[in-house]
Amino acid sequence: MGLLLFYAAATLTLFAAFGVVATRNIVHAALFLLAALAGVAGLFVLLYAEFLALVQLLIYGGAVTIVILFALMLTRSGEYEGETETRRRPFAALAAAGLFGLMAAVFVADSHQFNTNTRQPVPFDTLARDLFADWAVPFEIASLVLLVALIGAVVIGRAGREEDETFPDTDGSESASEPVRRGSRRRAERRQRGS
Amino acid sequence: MRSKPVQLAIAVVLLVGVGVLVAVFTLALALLGEPGDDVTVLTVGKIVIALFALLTLVTTLGMSLVWLERKQLGRMQGRVGPTRVGPFGLLQVVADGIKLLMKEDVSPGSSSKAIFYVAPLLVFVPSFVVWLTIPIGRDLVVRSLDLGVFFFIAVSVLSIVGLILAGWSSNSKYAILGGFRSAAQLVSYEIPLILGVLSVVMVADSMRFTDIVDAQASVPYLALLPLAFAVFFISGLAEVGRTPFDIYFAESEVVGGPFVEYSGAHWAIFFLAEYVNTFLVAALGALLFLGGWTWPFGELEQYPAVALFLGKTYFLAVVIFWVRATLPRLRIDQLMNVGWKMLIPLGFVSVILVAVQRFYGWPTWTLTLMSVAVLGAAAFVQLRLQRSDAVATAERYAQHAVAVQPSRSRPAPESQQA
Repeated sequence: MGLLLFYAAATLTLFAAFGVVATRNIVHAALFLLAALAGVAGLFVLLYAEFLALVQLLIYGGAVTIVILFALMLTRSGEYEGETETRRRPFAALAAAGLFGLMAAVFVADSHQFNTNTRQPVPFDTLARDLFADWAVPFEIASLVLLVALIGAVVIGRAGREEDETFPDTDGSESASEPVRRGSRRRAERRQRGS
Repeated sequence: MRSKPVQLAIAVVLLVGVGVLVAVFTLALALLGEPGDDVTVLTVGKIVIALFALLTLVTTLGMSLVWLERKQLGRMQGRVGPTRVGPFGLLQVVADGIKLLMKEDVSPGSSSKAIFYVAPLLVFVPSFVVWLTIPIGRDLVVRSLDLGVFFFIAVSVLSIVGLILAGWSSNSKYAILGGFRSAAQLVSYEIPLILGVLSVVMVADSMRFTDIVDAQASVPYLALLPLAFAVFFISGLAEVGRTPFDIYFAESEVVGGPFVEYSGAHWAIFFLAEYVNTFLVAALGALLFLGGWTWPFGELEQYPAVALFLGKTYFLAVVIFWVRATLPRLRIDQLMNVGWKMLIPLGFVSVILVAVQRFYGWPTWTLTLMSVAVLGAAAFVQLRLQRSDAVATAERYAQHAVAVQPSRSRPAPESQQA
């Protein structure tokens, strides 16, 4: 049964991963990506890495896919048709093949380390202790990367802020309604004078 | 018109029906037995049977919320709500369900068909899979996972993808606006929700729902962590899009958001998922903060315990409906302000308070004290801000009032103009 589930998860992952690169519709590709990442989460579950599987679902399945979809929908869906036909295509293929070869070589060379028969569940408090005590520095460095990305986003977001005044100040409710109010006040004064 | 005794008899039959569903679920669990070390076809089959029994129960209870909500809203708005179908209108939901299934299933010609039909499932499946690990009684859970709380968080995120895709694939501007709104809102409110739950997990020292409930046998966490409860409950309302936060399918703005183009059975799936999610938030509130099936007056038998848990859940659901009938919908910028400037900081404060209390080994009542102090301070600051806003608005309107005043021979007194 475990083997059957493994083949199911592995097939899902492979087919979905192929779908990501094969489909022309970029939103379909994002959906395939979600399926592929969920398949990987399934593989983690079969290796008793439940926490990792759930993190995979939460971060990649949830957050990353949502951000990708969000970015895609802010652009027009038609713009990407035929964009795969570029002159850099051979280089991309070469890079992908090289990466695949490298990873395959590493896995084949070190395959004796990855004995899945001795797999055993790790209690998540042990995991937490390892992560936040022994490996605290790498963990914090990873969060530093996120911090840099965050600051970068803020910088990009604020770049055109001074000259771009199309968005009214939303929490002040001052600038948006000002002209109308002034007009009405002027009208009121005129009406009073007239009477 | 049926007579009163007949109506009561039907109501009793419906209540007994819920009891039977609980019993069937218990039976399915007994069939399931203890989890073995290796997964076999048989255990998977048993899990599926138990899950289906639970889903029938949860769907029934979730749909009962539709009736409860309509009755509640009717009461608060001076109406009577559904009365025609079944006793007290109880079978109205069933009639509506049949109606929805009989309707023609229309899809827009320019929609992206495959995604259009997958999207409801992406919303629907996570909100049901979550129930795999949520107990409705001490031993009444399909699988009591070590990472139960985390499982709920990780799986429920996936339904956001379904909402975005539903909005996109409909190829309609209202639908895609609703899809954007849902993504922005749900991703934002996920964080305070997790922080609120995290405070509970830190106090209980476990992510298993049964452990968390058992730890509340004497004092429910609502008494210890009012701050975390406030953060959890408000962001929970936003996560399921209940009314002060229903901006992503607001009828008067985006005419139903991601669901505009759906009809018939596919719309019914969204509707069902929404109410099951509402029930889920109420149930989680009951489990994590109100002590689930325990109370301070000693142990209960299994069925009274389930009844107690359901009672607490329904109470929280009624609170959700009160809020819906009382508060108007937020604007999207107000929604973002509440989420990012109030709930997330308060959530972090809650987590830090618990961490400090745990680290220095202070007595637990200090948690209550600190939480109440922070809640009070937050409320005070918020009220001050609101008052200064209100004063500014009042001043503007005072100037405006001169204009609105019709010019008559005798001017209004000065005091009324301000």
